[in-house]
Amino acid sequence: MSARPKILLLDDDASVLEVFREVVARLPSKPEIFTATSGPRAIALLESEEFNLLVSDLSMPKMDGLQVLSIVRRKFPQLRTAILTAVPDEQFRARAYAIGVDIYFEKPRTAQEIDLFIDCLESLIGQETSGVFRGIQSKSLVDIIQLECLSQSCSVLKVANGLQEGKIWFQDGDVIDAAVGDLQGESAFQRILSWKTGNFETLRAEPGHERAIFKSNQALLLESAQALDEATAEPNLTHAPNGQEGQPSAASSEVAVISKIEGVEFVLLSRGDNPQKIDSWSAQNPEPLGAWASATLQSFQELGESLQAGQLRHLEGIGLHQNVGLAALAERCFCVGFRRDIGAEQIRETMKEIVAECIC
Amino acid sequence: MLSFFSKTAHTALVRLANGCFTVDRDGRIVASTLPQSFPLKQVHEIARRVLSTFQAAQQQNLPLTELMVDYSALMLTAREMRGGAIVYLTTRPLSPTS
Repeated sequence: MSARPKILLLDDDASVLEVFREVVARLPSKPEIFTATSGPRAIALLESEEFNLLVSDLSMPKMDGLQVLSIVRRKFPQLRTAILTAVPDEQFRARAYAIGVDIYFEKPRTAQEIDLFIDCLESLIGQETSGVFRGIQSKSLVDIIQLECLSQSCSVLKVANGLQEGKIWFQDGDVIDAAVGDLQGESAFQRILSWKTGNFETLRAEPGHERAIFKSNQALLLESAQALDEATAEPNLTHAPNGQEGQPSAASSEVAVISKIEGVEFVLLSRGDNPQKIDSWSAQNPEPLGAWASATLQSFQELGESLQAGQLRHLEGIGLHQNVGLAALAERCFCVGFRRDIGAEQIRETMKEIVAECIC
Repeated sequence: MLSFFSKTAHTALVRLANGCFTVDRDGRIVASTLPQSFPLKQVHEIARRVLSTFQAAQQQNLPLTELMVDYSALMLTAREMRGGAIVYLTTRPLSPTS
């Protein structure tokens, strides 16, 4: 990509686009600006060349901004996206963020708001996306935690990695607790620290939160880094499911790991680009079952796009004989069968963990 | 320049809705508590996909009684009812602490 960032502006009103172009041309990074007056045209442009940022209107005929952005998030996950709208509606804001939009901007009404808008866009296109946490430029999670400590912060850091969310509590610059899934305290802190990428958000302090971590920040970070190094150095699983011999593939390793989860009765892992290739453990008729799982996930992904309901996270089925959880990650489709006594809530949490582990 | 921040005409964005509806085995909507602003076309679309999922699961010897579809902004829960279904739609609020 050239040194100048590329920005694509999408609005159905050509006259608005022209003024919009003038505003965005004031960005210090002197971006190359492209415009589109319809969603399909914008998607075609994004397919033809690489962009840094898409700024879209919300209300447009035929394909509205949410529809465009839900397609864009799926097809171009690294692209920064912003909505600029005159619709001050919390539900649309929530849905935009649920889709994964970086910024939801109400159309500015004053010169100061325009300046703020320009600053935000400049910040957004300056952010790299790989190996860092979105929300602060080129910072690892350790950097972010150290910043919180150095600033003697009293706050809660919410960190999201895929579908998993964790929290770290700070009090006067000390890490006092962490939580992710069922984990609490130091083990949760280590788990969160193992995430390579994600989003973070600083929440208000919770003064009454009980302290569960008593180590110094440096000791905590050092031990977590050591644990992480050791975990990385450990060899992968040495046996494959279904008694397959030899070195397991990445997919069969994942199947083997999932098969060890409490309550799991069968596991299927298929790839969207090659539905015939199914890795499975303990599944009867894996091919038709895998086809059903892929078709079901695809069907509800399409429904989600049609409803603009955001990303399909996972799907749980309660059955007469056994329960099932489905999740899609990139081109992979996970179908996990559970014992009848494993409830929907537990299946949901397990599927979240499975997806998060596979992202890591 | 500030004039561009207002538009004369907007197309209506469809709100997600909270509510439920029942659909019979033939895909007919029997009853609904969804707001009238929620397009009937989308209700039928949901019903069609839910019913076909229940039927396809049955064919795989995996008969399901309940289906929960978890989207970022919406939770869809469907209970199988003698070939038909009752479907609940629940929107998710934007909550910074969730």
